[in-house]
This record gives sequence, C-alpha cells and structure tokens, in this order.
Amino acid sequence: MAWNRKLLRVNLTTGTCTAEPLNMEWAQDYLGSRGLATKYFVSEVDPKVDPLSPDNKMIMSTGPLTGTMASTGGRYTVVTKGPLTGAIACSNSGGFFGAEMKFAGWDMIIFEGRSPKPVYLYLENDKAELKDASHLWGTSCWHTEETIKHELQDPLVRVSSIGLAGENQVLFGCIVNDLHRAAGRSGVGAVMGSKNLKAVALRGTKGVSGVKDMKAFMKVTAEKKKVLADNAVTGQGLPKFGTQVLMNVINEMGALPTRNHRDVQFEDAGKISAEAMHEKRPSDNKPHLVTNAACFGCTIACGRISEIDKGHFTVVNKPEYWGASGGLEYEAAWALGAANGVGDLEALQYANLLCNEQGMDPISFGATVGAVMELYEMGVLTKEQIGIDAPFGSAEALARLAEMTARGEGFGKEIGEGSKRLCTRYGHPELSMTVKGQEFPAYDSRAIQGMGLTYATSNRGACHLRSYTVASEVLGIPVKTDPLTTDGKPELVKAFQDATAVFDSAGICVFTSFAWTVADVQPQIEAACEGDWSMDKLNLMGERIWNMERQFNNAAGLTRKDDDLPPRLKTEPAKTGPAKGLVNGIDKMLPEYYELRGWTQEGVPTPETLSRLGL
Amino acid sequence: MWKSLHIDPKKCTGCLQCEMACSVEHTGAINPSKSRIKVFSFETEGRKVPYTCTQCTEAWCLNACPVDAIRIDAGTGAKQVFDDVCVGCKVCTIACPFGTINYNQDSGKVQKCDLCGGEPACAEACPTGAITYVDADWTGIDKMRAWAAKANTAVTE
Repeated sequence: MAWNRKLLRVNLTTGTCTAEPLNMEWAQDYLGSRGLATKYFVSEVDPKVDPLSPDNKMIMSTGPLTGTMASTGGRYTVVTKGPLTGAIACSNSGGFFGAEMKFAGWDMIIFEGRSPKPVYLYLENDKAELKDASHLWGTSCWHTEETIKHELQDPLVRVSSIGLAGENQVLFGCIVNDLHRAAGRSGVGAVMGSKNLKAVALRGTKGVSGVKDMKAFMKVTAEKKKVLADNAVTGQGLPKFGTQVLMNVINEMGALPTRNHRDVQFEDAGKISAEAMHEKRPSDNKPHLVTNAACFGCTIACGRISEIDKGHFTVVNKPEYWGASGGLEYEAAWALGAANGVGDLEALQYANLLCNEQGMDPISFGATVGAVMELYEMGVLTKEQIGIDAPFGSAEALARLAEMTARGEGFGKEIGEGSKRLCTRYGHPELSMTVKGQEFPAYDSRAIQGMGLTYATSNRGACHLRSYTVASEVLGIPVKTDPLTTDGKPELVKAFQDATAVFDSAGICVFTSFAWTVADVQPQIEAACEGDWSMDKLNLMGERIWNMERQFNNAAGLTRKDDDLPPRLKTEPAKTGPAKGLVNGIDKMLPEYYELRGWTQEGVPTPETLSRLGL
Repeated sequence: MWKSLHIDPKKCTGCLQCEMACSVEHTGAINPSKSRIKVFSFETEGRKVPYTCTQCTEAWCLNACPVDAIRIDAGTGAKQVFDDVCVGCKVCTIACPFGTINYNQDSGKVQKCDLCGGEPACAEACPTGAITYVDADWTGIDKMRAWAAKANTAVTE
C-alpha cells in the first residue's frame, strides 16, 4: 500500500515524539494529505481555539501518491486553524520535502503544544529528535536550511522552515521548503512560529515499498504522464512560460485586478509578464529567466528560476540576492505588481525573493500593500505613518515595505496583520479586498464570474486553488463557459471544489487538472492503494472533505455573512475590457450554490447531507 | 552495437523521475536514496545535472576489484557488479575517478549503473529527453548536428 501507515506525534510542550499507527479506516474515507490531515485535525482540535495558542495543532501530511512516480507526486499539506482567517487553514507545497517524509517512513506529523524554547525537528528514518534552534531563531529560511544541512553534515536533508515573518507572527507568514517552495497561504507560518518550531529537517532512505501493484502502477503512471506531455497547457505553456503564461491573457480579458481592484486592466502588464521574463534586459543583456524547474516527480516543470538584475536599486551591494532563485510565478507577479500598479519586474522579483527568504505569502502581502497605497492616495495614511511615500506604482515603497513587513519594523507590523485588520483600523473596511480576512488572488471576479463564488465559498478564505474555474471560463477546460455570466457557475464551482479535494488528498499537484480529471487520477490511486477506489467513491470523498471543512468553519463561528465579497466587486462596475459595466453576481449565485450543496440558506449542511456523506 | 547513456543537463528539470525509475528497477521500491543515477542541483546557478557511470573502457573499478566481482556484460558493455562475488571492500569506490560506484549499506555490496540489461529505466522515465540511450559511437551526434546547422553553407551568387 502506498501509505506508510505511520504518523509521528510531536508534543512540543513536553518535547516528546511518539509514533502512532495511521488510522487506516479514515484513510479509506479521506485518502491522505488534505483530506486525512483535516480529519485528524477536526477530530482533535476545538474549532473555537485561538490559532496562535498552544491548543491549536499543526499537521504536515503527505498523500498516498506523494513520493511515487505518479507525475507531480511530491506534494504535502499543512493543516491548522489559520490566524488570518479564523477558519481551517490548509496550505499545500511542492518541492522535495513531502516525498522525503514518505521515504523516511512516515505519512504525517502532528505538532501540538508549544516548545518552551526554539527547536527544530530532525527526522532521520525512524529516529525523531527535537534539537535546539536558538541559534537559528531570528534568521531567514535560507540561512536556516543551509545551517541545518551544515550542522547535520548532510547535504541531502530536506528542510521546511519559517523565517522572520513566521517568528514575528505575520498573519500571512508561510512555511518555506527547498528554498523557494511554500505552504503559502492562510498564515500557517505564524502558527509554526507560535509553537517555537523553527524548522523540520527530514532524511529518508527507506523509500516507498508498499505500492499495491507496482507493475500496474508503473504502466498507468507512464500513460498519464503522456497525457500531461500531450496537453497544450501542461506540455507546452506551463514548462515554457510557467503560470506567468496567464499575465497577458488575463489582462486582455479585463480580469487583472489592478490598484487594489480599482481597475481590471494594468497598462504595464506586458512589462511583468512571462514574455518579459524571456527578453534580454538592456542593462546586462541577460534575460530575467534562467530556466524552468520541477518539483519532485513533476513532469510539467512550471517552476521559474530567475536571476535579478544585479544593478537594480533594490539589490545594489546585496550579493545574497544575485544568484538564481525562485520566481516570478503569476500570483506573485500580480500581487506584487498589478495589485500595486508597480510595473518594474526587477522590483517585483526582489520583493518575491524577500517573501521566499523570510517566509511570507506574496499574495496577501502584495494585496495588503495595494490597500495601503489606496489609503495613502486617499490621504488616510501619510508618509509619516507609513515611513515612505507610498503612491500606486512606487517600486521603492514596495521594496521597503517588504523589508519592513518581514522584519516586523514600524508600519510593517501593521501590514503583517493583513488588509482586513489594517483597513478596519483606518476606518475603511470596504477597501480590504478579502474574503474571511484572506486577500484575493489574481483574477477579478467581475470579469470571471465563477471566481467570485470560488472566493466567497473557499473554506480557507479567498483562494483560487479551491475551485479554479478559470480553467473552464478562460481556457475551456474541461468545457468552455462564458466568464461574464453567472449561469451554471454554482454547479461548476461545486464540481471543481469536490474534484480539487481529491487531487489535493492524493498528494499530487492541482496543476495536473489542466489535463487530468478525477478519472485520470482514479486508476493511479487504484494501482497504488489498498481498497476499491471507484469514481463514485472518490467523488463522494471530495464532497465529504469539503463539507468537513465547512463544518469546522461553522463551528468556529463563521456564517453566511463570511461567504461574501467586498462591496467594490458588487457595486463598482469594471471600467474597461470585455467586462466593462459588470459587477460580480455573488448574490445570485450563493443561494443556488447552497441549495446544490444540500445546505440551508444559512450555509449549514442539512442532516440529510451529512448523513449522505457519512459525516 | 553497444549504446551509451547520454546526458544533456540543459534539458534536466530536476524532477527525479530517473532516480525513482532506477530504484524501482533495482530494488522494487521507489527509493531515490538507492538510485545509481543522481541529479545534482546547483541552486544559485539554476542548474540541474544528472550524473551516473559512463562505463569506461578501461574501467578503474573493474581493474581495482580484488575479487573480480565487476565484469563486462558482453551484450551491453556495462561494467556489472556481481553481488554474490562482491565482498563490499569498497576499493572500487576509491578507484573510480567519478564517484559513480558506491557502497549500499542495506546490501553490504557496492552498486553502480548496469544499463538495466540494455533498457535503462532512467532514460525511459526522463520526461524531457535529458537522458537518452544512444549509439555508443555517436554520443556527440546531436551536438554535431547543432553546430552543423550553424555552418554557413548557403549558396551565394
């Protein structure tokens, strides 16, 4: 079987590490990673818990396909209660860390309590040990990873860590692994910081030996890799241009939120696009982009590795940023760029490098800066308060605020609380472009209607990765729908939400879903995992996971009013582009969505729904 | 005709499908730590480089082995370790100038690339063509072709 059947429980308060058998009955109903970790989480943690208290727990979990030859089988998930949202937080990362956890013989690590002093977990196969991290506290993710490899005298160790942002409990702090991959959203890094847990270092040499039918598994995973290779998005667009392939496309659709969603098109989109990353710079005659790169087991390889312009004002005399490193991906380029009206590619990469180095979600950070810039232009915030002139378009402000936020300096401390708290404090909650306190990603829901419902109902706050209807509304995958209407969107969102839960729980990357449906994942799970895995079972499982997350949120105190969009998207029509004159039709979609879900009009799953899903 | 593994690092994305395939072929488990091909990542240069045995003609490992546990496979030209003969003395690992023969703690023997009997699993698994299995006499053919394409042979007036 593709599970190791074993989890590690780490009590940080007492400093003990205990091995436990994995609940295999639950694994049949929740598969692994997101689904199974959430099942453990909701069974053990009071939904009302303060996210930054020792009573909150944090789970790092792999799925059954993590660490296998299934393409993109390198994902792991962090599940906890999020401090940014007060909702379930569930952040997924690639890189090589997740696979290493499997190779060390574990499926999941549950962290509980709070360590009296900074520590890191070192897991070498069966041996688990909490080691002192006092010397790492106050340092970056990059420094931490390098130091741990050096002191363990093992360059093959894989490390996940928090930087200054997580330590300072920046509410959108993330957990960074392999230097530039991250469990990025909802503030999981702040939770890790609250536990005095600086890092997790893994080394596994046991491998995954229990695949149910290895011969069948090798055959079916090879077939499915070919499906990815033959697909225009996963076989050509993503490897060549990365997620940044979208910048110009989305801008032309009038769906690129610009200057805190005041506009839907950015005049400098071309300057921060994939195409621009391929062009040679006049300053040094080199392109920004060095190469593409893959996470573990990934045959798509969408990752971007770039080199910043050494002469750019942000990195003069800072050689630590001159080497090739991760970025820019579309979401970061948008949030740091268009959302603030900044069209300076090198400045965006600098802010992005800081986010990777210090463990900060570039989406929430960039979008919060967008709100700050709007408040500055309105005269609500001044240069004296912020510490720098911060009009829309200021690359200097972006770079400076990134430094201040990561380090918790001055006004950076307020940015680190996210745009909802910040805008509320300054009397303009309506300017926070968030749902459940989490900032929007890079699609304007006035021009892509389904994304409005996606954001409003996402269990972890505004997020594109819970039901990426852009695939259908923009790219025509699996079928083209009209982005400008709300018709059929509730069904579409529900279908994407349930399917995505299956992808996430298997341990693979949701980007495969440009080419794969659950029907492509099913035979890979079937060959790898003990038990019968029909399509019906998987579809029901996806829906079960969604409802389980929802139940947790409801019990945490979230209600229908938290499934709403900011007034700007409902009352201020798009000014330009194909969606000119349109607002988002969330009020029309939401009741229909609740009904389809089998929920009351208050957004509560009915007893019949719960019983049908075995909840 | 013997064939050689040919590696083009420029095409490597670092996905490690080759390491997984190698370990499945030789151990039955998906376990990159037991792979005989290894992908190195030079982070600050953005370079990934797969590296494995090149099957030297005058193989240092073979010549150094005191018990003749390393022999040439006549079919493929691979220098192959015979586990039932190998005593795990590791002299070959010292002799190899490239480090591509290594000790395996689990088996107590050394291990190296054996070309999988003529169907290398790594090349089969590589999604980008960074690892190919080509005519041993013409491993440079792609580079030659690329340079040939640059030669100015256009007919001029």
